[in-house]
Amino acid sequence: MGDLIVLAISCILVNNILLAQYLGNCPFLGTSKKMETAVGMAMAVVFVLVLAGAITWVTQTYFLNPLKLGYLQTIAFIVVIASLVQFVEMFLKKSIPALYRGLGIFLPLITTNCAVLGVCLINIKEEYTFLETIVTSFAYAVGFGLALILFAGVRERILLARVPKPLQDTSIGLVTAGMLSLAFFAFKGMV
Amino acid sequence: MPRSLTQEFTKGLWDEIPPFRLVLGLCPVLAVTKTLENGIGMGVATTFVLVFSNILVSSLRKVIPSKVRIACFILVIATFVIVVELLSQAFTYELYLKLGIFIPLIVVNCIVLGRSEAFAYKFGVFRSLLDGLGIGIGFTLALAALGTLREVIGSGNLTIWGALKFTDLFGPAFQPFQFMIEAPGAFVCLGLMLCGMNLLGKK
Repeated sequence: MGDLIVLAISCILVNNILLAQYLGNCPFLGTSKKMETAVGMAMAVVFVLVLAGAITWVTQTYFLNPLKLGYLQTIAFIVVIASLVQFVEMFLKKSIPALYRGLGIFLPLITTNCAVLGVCLINIKEEYTFLETIVTSFAYAVGFGLALILFAGVRERILLARVPKPLQDTSIGLVTAGMLSLAFFAFKGMV
Repeated sequence: MPRSLTQEFTKGLWDEIPPFRLVLGLCPVLAVTKTLENGIGMGVATTFVLVFSNILVSSLRKVIPSKVRIACFILVIATFVIVVELLSQAFTYELYLKLGIFIPLIVVNCIVLGRSEAFAYKFGVFRSLLDGLGIGIGFTLALAALGTLREVIGSGNLTIWGALKFTDLFGPAFQPFQFMIEAPGAFVCLGLMLCGMNLLGKK
């Protein structure tokens, strides 16, 4: 149990998926202009990442490994993730319309969010057990949400500041992300 | 107005150079540019996927139904990514180890999917080839520029494909600027380069 907690903390803070592993940067910059969209995206990622982590682990362990199809990993995972996202979208639309309206447009975007595929690949590479896979997927997703929401807060403030013209928008966004990443960098060596 | 074939190629080098003009596919840009070599390796791998997926998508554009086109694009791209993965494993194993999961992640690089959707699905095979090649080379240039900057400032050395090595560019007393090699440096460096691009080409 203690090991799992350490693993979770290291995934949320030390190896933060956005700021230390450089994954999922497109939605990080794309959906962080407003707090509302940031929260929506963060929730959608938590939801999908845990499911995707579990399903790709099963795919790898029970299909690709016994059949020696390891080289098809990339194509198998992306197909699994894409259909999972589609399925989740249809399921939510039918059964939990309120949640669907909240996550709505963010769900399809997740298929091409490299954080999702990236975490699934990391889980396989590190040879985690099923339980560890669930924990790391959840922790990485929480780390993603944490960084995204923090960053959205900072960006809303930047809107009020006077920024030199060539630095505006994405450029200042990236520099700010660098500063945020520096803050997370301080967690290195903690676990 | 349709562009000439030359323009189709050269637009990727400046006008629409990713990741500056089209802010897409940032993850590999930030992650693999610790050194110039890695940057170029990633750029070449992405260019390969871009060119071949563009060719295949554009030759199949009459067959692929528009409703399921994105899924078809992803399958085509994933196939070529596996080709690149196996090739790099066989011929450039060291680079393969360094790039790690970022090779399979070319599948979800928005630049590649973006070109299939915005270009290859609408235009002919040769035109799409040029477009893929142009955007790919532009992407490689951007990665190389960022890689050079980070490697030179971050370590004081520069290695160009193992053959050319410059060590201690700033003299032996230089303290490597560790910040540039790590994640924060990547973000700040890219942000400042984007600012430089905005200053140079007003658009």
